[in-house]
Amino acid sequence: MGDPGTKELLSLEDLEAASGVRTGRKHVLSILVENKPGVLTRIAGLFARRGFNIDTLVVGPTDDDALSRITLTVDGAMHPIDQVTKQLHKLVNVLKIRDLEPDEAVAREMALFKISADAGSRGEIMQVVEIFRAKIIDVQRRTVIVEVTGTHDKVEAFERMVRPFGMVEMARTGEIALSRGRGET
Amino acid sequence: MMRAVDAIMECLRAEGVDVVFGYPGGANLPTYDAMYDSGIRHILVRHEAGGGHAAEGYAKASGKVGVCFATSGPGATNIVTPLTDAMMDSVPVVFFTGQVRTDLLGTDGFQEADTFGITMPIVKHSFMIQHPLEIPRVVHEAFHIARTGRPGPVLIDMPTDLTRVEIDYQPVGEVRLPGYQPTTEGNQKQIRLAAKAIANARRPVIYAGGGVINAGASSELTELALEDRLPVTCTLMGLGAFPAPHEQWLGMLGMHGTRTANYAMDEADLIVAVGARFDDRITGKLSEFAPRAKFIHIDIDPAEISKNVPAHIPIVGDAKNILGRLLTEYRGLAPEPARLAEWWERIEQWRAQHPLRYEDSTDTEIKPQYLVQALYEATAGDCILATDIGQHQMWAAQYFHFTKPRRWIQSGGLGTMGFGLPAAMGAAVAQPDLQTVVLSGDASIQMNMQEMSTLATYGIPVKVVIMNNGFLGMVRQWQELFWDGRYSAVEMNEWPDFVKLAEAMGCHGVRLTDKTTLVDDLRAALALDGPVVIDARVTREESVYPMIGPGQAARDMVG
Repeated sequence: MGDPGTKELLSLEDLEAASGVRTGRKHVLSILVENKPGVLTRIAGLFARRGFNIDTLVVGPTDDDALSRITLTVDGAMHPIDQVTKQLHKLVNVLKIRDLEPDEAVAREMALFKISADAGSRGEIMQVVEIFRAKIIDVQRRTVIVEVTGTHDKVEAFERMVRPFGMVEMARTGEIALSRGRGET
Repeated sequence: MMRAVDAIMECLRAEGVDVVFGYPGGANLPTYDAMYDSGIRHILVRHEAGGGHAAEGYAKASGKVGVCFATSGPGATNIVTPLTDAMMDSVPVVFFTGQVRTDLLGTDGFQEADTFGITMPIVKHSFMIQHPLEIPRVVHEAFHIARTGRPGPVLIDMPTDLTRVEIDYQPVGEVRLPGYQPTTEGNQKQIRLAAKAIANARRPVIYAGGGVINAGASSELTELALEDRLPVTCTLMGLGAFPAPHEQWLGMLGMHGTRTANYAMDEADLIVAVGARFDDRITGKLSEFAPRAKFIHIDIDPAEISKNVPAHIPIVGDAKNILGRLLTEYRGLAPEPARLAEWWERIEQWRAQHPLRYEDSTDTEIKPQYLVQALYEATAGDCILATDIGQHQMWAAQYFHFTKPRRWIQSGGLGTMGFGLPAAMGAAVAQPDLQTVVLSGDASIQMNMQEMSTLATYGIPVKVVIMNNGFLGMVRQWQELFWDGRYSAVEMNEWPDFVKLAEAMGCHGVRLTDKTTLVDDLRAALALDGPVVIDARVTREESVYPMIGPGQAARDMVG
């Protein structure tokens, strides 16, 4: 297809359309919003009415008191997310949305694991903690609580490693992310 | 210093509001106290839903922002339907709801409902007042959001204690909303590409929707179509965007559109969609919709682009702006009109083979289609026509014609029975110099018929024509066609007596049963002073045709 600026003939055959497709990957949406009541409900509602499941959601302050950043992950293999992203853009309280490409951003989450640990297994657990550069933040007679920070995959890997010792419970924050380089996320 | 509610009145005047449709209650008493000497006209409706639809009708007929007041709790929940309706059809209305005192919020106080929460998915935007000082700015932001971009409803929920506070009112200058910047200018490169595509199309169709009317782009659309004999079809919401009847007019498209329009879409090589959103009532079976066509999609809302049908040339922006520039580009290309000759031959063939038709009665019985034709004749088409939802609405869309925009008042997306009468009331208030008629059904009219007394009270001369077949006609039709004729809960029978009802409500009541004198009888009834209710008895079991069955393709049209 020629440059539309020229007088060159255009064949309709050559026109192509782009439409909503499942991207097949996890999407990390970084959403800058006004810090006002109801904003989170509006955003969550756009996913809910389409039957989309939000995998993780983190809301926190930014360097500007009037703004908050929401970092949300959703599975692009399960849901076509371009429609919902466009709808998010339309919300008056939403200032900016970035669909962060994995290569162009860093993402981290934190997790706390309460693991069964007696005198016999504690040493082994500490070795795993060491390898993952995690931290033991609480020790009781029968359990330890470990703090892990890292990528989603690292946290998952840690979980797999310590599960056999006996997982009492866990809490994860979900990912937060920023784009690399000088530009703002 | 003045009370916050008085500041609201200042803001409404600054926004050019001349009428409010509403209903007072405990939580919006301060607002109504300020209303008392505001100089703004207030129409006391009989139900908040009527107020909301009236504000919609006002907005649709005038292009201005409609305003509706309701109190907290039940007042607010009663406007949920008009809010949703306005959202679906992109109607600019600002709703002001009273709310319980801030110290009662969340305590299940008397007449408390979580209005902000309940309405969140059905508003373009909403505000919950946190501080009296923000009220003036919020009011202007609400009007700005309602009327710009893709128009829509905005709600302001106001805890009653905050509205009574004295504030230092300063007129608000410009509205600043960093998160709200609708795109209005279409991309020039895309416009040029679209012009080239149209110039190269051999079987083009312009498919225009309600967005053309919202954008005030009817004349640009018409000019583009006439430039090169491009065929035009409109959605239900778009009727009036192109003057009909006209030799380039294919009729409405979609489920009950003409065969000509639907077949043209089916065989088109290029569809120019303007302010339309490829609703399922238009596309039928999506995978078989316009299978040979490429799509130019012009819309103010980027979220509509490629939502249902992938666009080949998307252009986001204001239709008036884009169509004007598209026409300039198109002219510059000096397209060859002869390329459309074959296409027009094909269209003319369909037109000759498949005109809209029905079997007329051989006696005095009024066929519903004939009632619409008679109404068209009696009014010379020179009126605002609102309808309700159902068979009467489809027949009106088929047999009534609109040469101008904003004369056809519809609940298209939501399909709200009970919309017609209050919407017509709002339209009549907006355009007092035009005759306003509402064509309703015997079922639809009963959903908001309390507003007949509002018409009488204020002397709003809406003429209400009830196409009375004693059935929930469209549901009956579907049960006949798709549910083996098992009529389940669709018979309305003959009550109420609409003539007596009209009289009790302070309107004239007229019953018409004879087709031979129908046009004259209608003329006489329409000429009566004030509001009139016309009970027109029509064939009980008549079905709307042609029809694309639900989930079927255009070429499988029946009837």
